[in-house]
Amino acid sequence: MKKNVLMMMAMAGMLVINVQAYAGDVELLQSEYQSQGAGPFSAAAGEKMWRQQYLDKKSGKQRSCQTCHGSDLTTSGKHARTGKVIDPLARSVNSERLTKVKFMKKWFKRNCKWTIGRECSAQEKGDFLAYLKGL
Amino acid sequence: MKTKLLNSIVMVGLLLTGSAVVNAAPGVAPVDNKIYAEECGTCHFAYPPGLLPERSWKKVMSGLEDHFGENAELDEADRAKLEAYLTTNAGDHSHYKRSKKLMRSIKSGATPLRISKIPYFVKEHREVPKGAIKHDKIRSISNCDACHTTAAKGRFGERGINIPGYGKWED
Repeated sequence: MKKNVLMMMAMAGMLVINVQAYAGDVELLQSEYQSQGAGPFSAAAGEKMWRQQYLDKKSGKQRSCQTCHGSDLTTSGKHARTGKVIDPLARSVNSERLTKVKFMKKWFKRNCKWTIGRECSAQEKGDFLAYLKGL
Repeated sequence: MKTKLLNSIVMVGLLLTGSAVVNAAPGVAPVDNKIYAEECGTCHFAYPPGLLPERSWKKVMSGLEDHFGENAELDEADRAKLEAYLTTNAGDHSHYKRSKKLMRSIKSGATPLRISKIPYFVKEHREVPKGAIKHDKIRSISNCDACHTTAAKGRFGERGINIPGYGKWED
């Protein structure tokens, strides 16, 4: 009996560690944005901005996150120019997503500039993460 | 004694021939850098460094913010590491046959940014059937491995060519 309880506790402990490892890097990045004065973060604001269209002056075409990631984040996207397949962004189908701070920072920088024409603010990035981590 | 000496001479001769063959390796040196394969190969075919001269790689790596119309910025540590890898292994430092041919065809004052604009490249692709590139599996002349099935090994010979929508390339 005592052994069982111990086992249960050990398993519960492992579960906690797992959950933390799974969600850790998003929260780490969000708290970094908070330390820059941003927050609280809103999934709704993130989603709105995700779907919004921005005019690219150079090409005269509208761009949004969906241009490459597609409208359903549980399926693959396709790079607008190269046709390269972009793996699904939703964590529910792709557990590798939102697991590396360095990776997230790199793509925020590149993709905000490509899509919106400028870097995103800490608030905007935190909102994006709030939206994406719920998928 | 004499035969031993003769043997040695023959052996040395064989060794020399062997190394000459290594020096004239076909194709280009394949990519052997993990960061390069990851950072650059995520978006496009990881072009072996031996396809461009050192001066071209320097120019490419100093303009990643507008990388052929895309933003490909890296943090400075990675950027510097990759520039070092690319310039050290650039075509003008390579002994590989295909690199030498590419480099020889570039005018001395030119710094090409696109491999596909190098005269030797243009010449070698002049027989590609018209419209073939438009195929959905190719889309651009820059997608080497769409047709060159052994491109990742640095081999671009005719035997490895299979053009989607057209088929194997035969003389």
